[in-house]
Amino acid sequence: MSAFLEIEGLTAHYGDFKALFGVDLTLDQGQTLAIIGANGAGKTTLMRAITGIARVTGGSIRLAGRDIARLPAPDILTAGIAMVPEGRRLFPSLTVEENLQIGAHARKGSGFWTLERIYTLFPILRERRTQPGTALSGGQQQMVAIGRALMSNPTVLLCDELSLGLAPVVIREIYAAFPTIRQSGTAIVVVEQDIGQALKVADHVHCMMEGRITLSGRPQDLSRAAIHDAYFGVNHA
Amino acid sequence: MIWLDTLVQGVMLGGLYALFAAGLSLVFGIMRLVNLAHGDLIVLGAYLILGIGTATGLNPFLAAALALPVMFAFGWLLQTALLNRVLGDDILPPLLVTFGLSVVIQNVLLQSMTADSRKLPVGPVESASLPLGPVTVGVMPLLTFGSAIVVILALNWLFYHTALGRAFRATSDDPVTAQLMGIRPRRIFAIATGIALVVATIAALYLGARANFDPSIGPARLLYAFEAVIIGGLGSLWGTLAGGMVIGVAQAFGAALNPEWQILAGHIAFVAVLLVRPRGLFPRAND
Amino acid sequence: MRTLVTLAIGLVLLTAMALVPVLGPRILVQDLFKVLCLLVLALNWNLLAGFAGLVSVGQQAFVGVGAYVMFATTILWGMDPLAGVLIGGVVAMALSVPVAFFAFRLNGAYFAIGTWAVADIARLSFGQWRALGGGTGTALPRDATREMLGVGAVRDLLGVSPAAAIDAVTYWLALALAAVMLLACWLFLRSRMGLGLQAVRDNPVAAQSVGVDPTRLKALVFLLTAFATGLCGALLFIQTGRITPDAAFSVIDWTAFVIFIVVIGGIGTLPGPIVGVLVFYALQQLLADYGTVYLIALGLIGIAIMLFARRGLWGGLIHRIGYDPLPLGHAAPRPPHPTQEERP
Repeated sequence: MSAFLEIEGLTAHYGDFKALFGVDLTLDQGQTLAIIGANGAGKTTLMRAITGIARVTGGSIRLAGRDIARLPAPDILTAGIAMVPEGRRLFPSLTVEENLQIGAHARKGSGFWTLERIYTLFPILRERRTQPGTALSGGQQQMVAIGRALMSNPTVLLCDELSLGLAPVVIREIYAAFPTIRQSGTAIVVVEQDIGQALKVADHVHCMMEGRITLSGRPQDLSRAAIHDAYFGVNHA
Repeated sequence: MIWLDTLVQGVMLGGLYALFAAGLSLVFGIMRLVNLAHGDLIVLGAYLILGIGTATGLNPFLAAALALPVMFAFGWLLQTALLNRVLGDDILPPLLVTFGLSVVIQNVLLQSMTADSRKLPVGPVESASLPLGPVTVGVMPLLTFGSAIVVILALNWLFYHTALGRAFRATSDDPVTAQLMGIRPRRIFAIATGIALVVATIAALYLGARANFDPSIGPARLLYAFEAVIIGGLGSLWGTLAGGMVIGVAQAFGAALNPEWQILAGHIAFVAVLLVRPRGLFPRAND
Repeated sequence: MRTLVTLAIGLVLLTAMALVPVLGPRILVQDLFKVLCLLVLALNWNLLAGFAGLVSVGQQAFVGVGAYVMFATTILWGMDPLAGVLIGGVVAMALSVPVAFFAFRLNGAYFAIGTWAVADIARLSFGQWRALGGGTGTALPRDATREMLGVGAVRDLLGVSPAAAIDAVTYWLALALAAVMLLACWLFLRSRMGLGLQAVRDNPVAAQSVGVDPTRLKALVFLLTAFATGLCGALLFIQTGRITPDAAFSVIDWTAFVIFIVVIGGIGTLPGPIVGVLVFYALQQLLADYGTVYLIALGLIGIAIMLFARRGLWGGLIHRIGYDPLPLGHAAPRPPHPTQEERP
């Protein structure tokens, strides 16, 4: 079976810096993928390149056979890729409910995810629905950001640094929503600096360093030492 | 009693300035674009209403209704073809482009319409007035003020109770993340400028019906409108109405003391408010 | 070396231009006087907007104040108009202090509108000055300009009418002002302060972190440009001989034109205003018979420059040929060359 999301030889720039040097990546339908790596490894640029925010300068990104690299960001969302951006980036002048609703801005027709289902997934948001999104705690903001991305009924959900700045108990609470998201048929890519969390949720792990993927495999097949080396670049130094 | 009368006149005048300013405030709030051609676009709207009225024999109010979609389309086109290209971190290009536009509109009108003063013939309603408690208020000023309230109510409803308004606010907050929601900021901006010109056309109707106009009066209207926006605080529509009323009341009292002091009093009120509150009366929290 | 070549060319041009009143027709003298004054205003506005990031739409305030003060000193206090020019500049600078106090509280576009409102306040206030004709303005007495410093000498020297001699004197003063302004701009922009200013413009955070105080620098530029703009305004209205508030504080004549000149020539470059003023003059001459068409053309060219060549004509040119005859930066220090040091 051919992969659902196929990335080949992707190069991209972050400002004037070349941040990705030929990344290859595949994702099957309903799969969960983790991308780990240190700060500046190119993880966020990869996410931004896939969603059309960073400038793609080479290679291809195919979603269900269609090349979506270089499409404008709104078209990539309509094609089925939604992102939970790093830092959550809720809209400060929108309420919690409006933040969720705006996730469905470009949606045509119905799908699994509705406001009601988001509130079932994260009940606390129902209580906070009329508050400004930015008045919430970090963890709750992260829930809004995930809900907002799901509201477009994506086939691929990209999550950039979900656990950044959150307490372990809050992180667990957020990752507890993952099984439900997977059941809805959505494939997930998580970018994490928290290796333990990444290994727990993912079917497949890629390790990035200096704009390249240096190690790939199933979590159970990868030794701690191999990940450690790939993460800190012992073999490449 | 004369002072109460002056106050009421000033408030009514403030309604006109709020109409001048509402479109400006909308565009500034959404895309941080300072449109220096806004005053000239209002004057252009007045000529359009005059032209439609002359060609069809319609009353200016009906002619204005016909002018609304034309001006919306013009605003949409202006934003798409010109202004979207110069938006960015640098404030200079949009300022200079709209400044250029202002000079072009003024002089094209001057060439095609001559420098003669014109007026929109609204008929007997122009001189009608109503006794309102202790003071008498002209029907036209009252209509102007009422329209300003209706326009601001409508814009507020659009902003806070529709999907489009949600997209306006989201784009204003964070255009990059808005794109991740499938929003196309440039289209949002084009619609916003279209709406701003619809409001400008309503302003043009009252501008032309209440007093004479000619191609050169745009920049002065822009200045009053901008003073109203800045006094009110960036992006706050009710603040814009309040700002318009500050300018209007100041001008009315200035004129009551000495007709030559009308405009001067408005400017001085503007400077005075800004010396006390540099961000205006009702600044938005997150700017 | 490059600077010397530029200076030599500049001196030749300056001499040629200084000879215009001696050799050329009076109409040319009058035209070039206007061009030189616009150049001075453009150099000032370029310093403000192109280097200090202060996009003022209110420079007509200082033109008008300079002009009105010159009229006041001449008509009311019987002074020589040329002394009035100097006092006009000083008063304009003094007025810029409270203006800066107000306008510097406003950012970006607010600053533009704020300065414009201040200029309109000045226009309306000077319109209240009954002794100078109120809203309808007044004229300089004929004798005052005829007896102006230097006019008699020029009459005798060139053997021309008093009016032509006045034109010549104002022309030379405008030429001197433009030359001094150009030189001062160049020296200032290459100085520590000028480089600091450009650093602030290009990256305010970084500049602040290396100890450049942007507000003080900008305030200094604002004050100095108000002085030069005031001088220029006073000079302009000696030649015109008549003043009204609307003419002296005209946003179109003293700010809009100037902005287009700078933008077309190349904002943030030193020679930009020179190129711009030449284009402006050419357009005005070319389209003189078609009423305000040249204004429409000016507006459209300004818009086109912003859309397609943001650096303006001059900025685009040096970018293309890669040679800047008036570099504002300093070359990186070269390693000491032994043969150079042995030279006497």
